[in-house]
Amino acid sequence: MRAFTYERATSAAGAAAAVAHHAGAKFLGGGTNLLDLMKLEIETPTHLVDIQDLKLDQIEATHDGGLRIGAFVSNTTLSANPRVRRDYAVLTRAIQAGASGQLRNKATTAGNLLQRTRCPYFYDTNQPCNKRTPGSGCAAIGGYSRQLAVIGTSDTCIATYPGDMAVALRALDATVETVDATGATRVIPIADFHRLPGATPEIDTVLNHGELITAVTLPKPVGGAHIYRKVRDRASYAFALVSVAAVVQPDGSGRVAFGGVAPKPWRSAAADAAIPHGAAAVVEQAFAGARPTHDNSFKLTLAKRTLAAAMAQVRTA
Amino acid sequence: MAITGASDARTVPPAPPVATMPVSLEINGRRHDLRLDPRTTLLDTLRDHLHLTGTKKGCDHGQCGACTVIVNGQRINSCLSLALQHDSDKVTTIEGLGQPDHLHPMQAAFVKHDGFQCGYCTPGQICSAVAVLAEIKAGIPSHVSPDLAALMHPTNAELRERMSGNICRCGAYSNIVEAIADVAGAVA
Repeated sequence: MRAFTYERATSAAGAAAAVAHHAGAKFLGGGTNLLDLMKLEIETPTHLVDIQDLKLDQIEATHDGGLRIGAFVSNTTLSANPRVRRDYAVLTRAIQAGASGQLRNKATTAGNLLQRTRCPYFYDTNQPCNKRTPGSGCAAIGGYSRQLAVIGTSDTCIATYPGDMAVALRALDATVETVDATGATRVIPIADFHRLPGATPEIDTVLNHGELITAVTLPKPVGGAHIYRKVRDRASYAFALVSVAAVVQPDGSGRVAFGGVAPKPWRSAAADAAIPHGAAAVVEQAFAGARPTHDNSFKLTLAKRTLAAAMAQVRTA
Repeated sequence: MAITGASDARTVPPAPPVATMPVSLEINGRRHDLRLDPRTTLLDTLRDHLHLTGTKKGCDHGQCGACTVIVNGQRINSCLSLALQHDSDKVTTIEGLGQPDHLHPMQAAFVKHDGFQCGYCTPGQICSAVAVLAEIKAGIPSHVSPDLAALMHPTNAELRERMSGNICRCGAYSNIVEAIADVAGAVA
């Protein structure tokens, strides 16, 4: 691990300023992904700003009936929250489908959103990777791409956004609140938070350097049946090949987001509109324009079957 | 192309010294005031600075669970945590759970049910298992919990799912789950 200096911030704007004024600085939440990447020297921050003392660990009701989740709330605490279990069960299910008990205890809400891809070529520093080393090339294209993205990719990167929590947040239309070094705040819809790679795959999100996530807010509950269905190579503690976050109403309408298939949680209005017509119609809409590789074209069939299984689960619930 | 490894080794400048930082940890009920390189993980602090070598380094990347310890009542991977993140925290390691002359019930159950072969993963398995039963008691749901509104129970499926962050290369899983179930029954 490269050497770095460490500080504990005492205010959100102060933390943002500490990172903004230091080119090599990063925020430190739980550290479960960042420290892993620092050991591999994929991440090489020269300064860490620990946000644990900022009191961003609360889950509060909002005035319009939603829920505001502090950036530092752990994945375990969020998934076990009584209101989340009752009104946003797809979020509890998504979080519990990811990582291990030890990691969920330490990982934070903001850190989960900011976790980096698990593309094997991103992790292997002997390989070219445009996300890790801009301009070095992409070894995944034409390489071992079974786990990688089928849509939203570019000629420079086919990495997948790895998380589960954000897929549920996408289905729930969550928003991400931030603050910058000047104290200015902004609210980013989760749909706009993660970027597609385009020509700059090294930039995962729309956050500016030194912009701190302070909270994730859920709008008021939408009701319906909440399902998170994840398919992976083993029964537990593995990243998704395909996952489905679905909220389906008694009248057959609903919303669906897919994980494990794209550089960001994947949802479209046309796919949502097709839900009453069944899984095949939804997947046809959601994956229009998909560019799978030889190794991962199975994900299109798997997405259809995973969604069909989720919708069957809704009917029997 | 000449082999230049030896001359390269002479020309690479030594890394500049790193400023250490103070941290205070309460480990197994005893306070330790240390000064550490900020890079020092909680795992390396326990093993290399405090010589509490019961906690094991397996993968050092959060994948195997051998480094599991209990911090402020919650199990975490000590390899993916900086010691500096835990100033004033209370850490319980396998040494703090019990000793050979007064075993923790989970340690005794692992012996009784032969929940190991080589034993390398065992301290992490036991720390994790103790925390798993506390999580079930606290009503924290898991991936296999059928009803999010119901009480949680230490069923075989629940224990297997909740222990998935602890790998045992010897494959002692069946006996590990029996040991945990035994303790769960005893405390129920």
